Amino acid sequence: MSKQTTVDAKERFAPGHRACIGCAEALAVRMVCKVLGDNVIIANATGCMEIVSSQMPFTSWTVPWIHTLFDNTAAVASGIESGLKALTRKGVRDMSGFKVVAMGGDGATLDIGLQALSGAMERGHNMLYICFDNEAYMNTGIQRSSSTPYGAATTTSPAGKASIGQFTWKKNLPAIAAAHDIPYVATACPSYHRDLAMKVKKGMEVKGPAYIQILSPCPTGWRCPTDNAVEVGRAAVQCGMFPLYEVENGKYKINVVPESLKPVAEYLKSQGRFRHLSETDINKIQQKVNQNWGKLKELATN
Amino acid sequence: MEVSIAVSEAVKLANADVIAAYPITPQTHIVEHLAELVAQGELDAEYVPVESEHSAMSACLGSSAAGARTFTATAGQGLELMHEVVYVASAMRLPIVMAVANRAISSPLSVWGDHSDVMSVRDTGWIQIFVENGQEAVDNTICAFRMAEDARVILPVMVHLDGLHLSHMVEPILLPDQKEVDEFLPQFNYPLPLNPNKPVTMGAFAPPVVFTEAKWAQEMNLEKSKEVILEIWKKFGDKFGRYYNPVECYRCQDCDTLIMTMGSFSETAMMAVDRMRESGQKVGLFRIRLWRPFPYEELRRTVKNAKTIVVLDRAISLGMGGPAASELRNALYPLEKRPKIVGFVGGLGGRDVSPTDFETIIRRGMEIAAGGSNREFEIYGVRE
Repeated sequence: MSKQTTVDAKERFAPGHRACIGCAEALAVRMVCKVLGDNVIIANATGCMEIVSSQMPFTSWTVPWIHTLFDNTAAVASGIESGLKALTRKGVRDMSGFKVVAMGGDGATLDIGLQALSGAMERGHNMLYICFDNEAYMNTGIQRSSSTPYGAATTTSPAGKASIGQFTWKKNLPAIAAAHDIPYVATACPSYHRDLAMKVKKGMEVKGPAYIQILSPCPTGWRCPTDNAVEVGRAAVQCGMFPLYEVENGKYKINVVPESLKPVAEYLKSQGRFRHLSETDINKIQQKVNQNWGKLKELATN
Repeated sequence: MEVSIAVSEAVKLANADVIAAYPITPQTHIVEHLAELVAQGELDAEYVPVESEHSAMSACLGSSAAGARTFTATAGQGLELMHEVVYVASAMRLPIVMAVANRAISSPLSVWGDHSDVMSVRDTGWIQIFVENGQEAVDNTICAFRMAEDARVILPVMVHLDGLHLSHMVEPILLPDQKEVDEFLPQFNYPLPLNPNKPVTMGAFAPPVVFTEAKWAQEMNLEKSKEVILEIWKKFGDKFGRYYNPVECYRCQDCDTLIMTMGSFSETAMMAVDRMRESGQKVGLFRIRLWRPFPYEELRRTVKNAKTIVVLDRAISLGMGGPAASELRNALYPLEKRPKIVGFVGGLGGRDVSPTDFETIIRRGMEIAAGGSNREFEIYGVRE
């Protein structure tokens, strides 16, 4: 491991939280917190990580942490950042060495909190927003979000005689974030921990808004064995369902380039949420993935 | 000076650190002028031009939790949009100050004033103060910061001023000297701000075993804030010469009939009281200034000799009646000698209520008190 990506041995997301067995989101948060260090203030949206880490009178957080609501985390983080700036400038308290980090799930980020996030990115606050994307509302019992992939069965996009399950394609939030012309956008996955650490570090160092979307496999909601969330995450990257890339000052770079994309069928068949898909459905998804991969490669070569 | 501008000047005198706001009529002049003061370097603050009122109040949560003195302003639909966040501010003990230029609630769309927006946030746990004129708006904005930030309180405060009827009035207003305001309003020192040097977890969730206690603590805190509010108003009066009370009386002595109002219409009602007094009728006026925490004792003291109280509500709780009249009934019910309470709803969506209207309302109220009515309340001035 190179010196730049060596992570701190200190745990900042303390053990004893209430995450489900095999949760890759808890793993991602733990890795992220190692890179964030101690000089951060975290604003957390309502969701899995908030619920598992903060039941009164306990806390899993060793850094200052605030949760208020589901839909407003980017706005809360904007306020914290503005407060720190004012206090520092007016000589009340020097808060210049601290970074504000916002965290939310895909529901809090791609759906209900999107307006607040867009506003915060547009205003250019110096903050890192991390979306832990487990591709559905897992905290409330596996309901579809706009981040749920096409064909996945959830409790509000059930598969049935008249339904394929999720009938929309996953919303491309990294592209929406990049369209705000912010200095840093990236995707990551705890299955690629060095890549993840490097990206969080960059997101911390950049001045202005940074957005990182971390695919966080959820054995409970994805219907896969609890001991293979890391493998499932790796498979998502290897088949091109969730490519790992970054957009630095508008420039795209793919960070994990498989020699050739693995067939999506292998990835889909490893999870119960896709169990109902026919060969035709799988081919349709394969085509879409090929198309998106092509587009991404084109962006990365320009 | 326009009252909205004066409110902004009061925020400047209070040396606010962060203003997060979204424009909405009739509050817009307040945040426009604050933006101007920041742009001209006259107020050293972060002005966060958020994309909605929901984000305005959310950003206020963040900056207040960071320990910054925080202000916002809104009205009507804006207050509705930020509704869920308003509760969080008080429950998490974040001493934000907010001016509300009271406005009607859609539909039909109305940018004009009434108290519908106030009534939708009655139960949110904020200290709430009504002002009647520009001077009161300035004085109470300054007091609001001190009340909110007092270590015994640490609660957000709303200052209600009537949209357009007050917010857009041009009146002679005394702006206190900066030095005197600085002496009156100490540096904000939030007890446990978000600070990596001393980490705290804020906003943990409460299982059933804790939630009731959390609400109990909040209620005790809000109730106890009253004595501090009274103390701060007294100190303000001693320093600046203008005194404020939870319930304000006008010619209340020896009255058989009292009218109750809130906000700027009170001054109009005073004119009606004067006229009726001149014609020999024992009529007086009282206004609720401190809406939350609710001034039970003061109200009971004020009305103890009255036979009839006529209430003009500038809001309607549909299917029920006038909300302020209902609260007054609730407050007076335990009294052994209870006055009759007659409720009217009027002045909705910017409809003017003139001194003559007030005279009509008071007379009609006295008639109903004497003869009874088959209705719980009446809507005044409906054009048929």
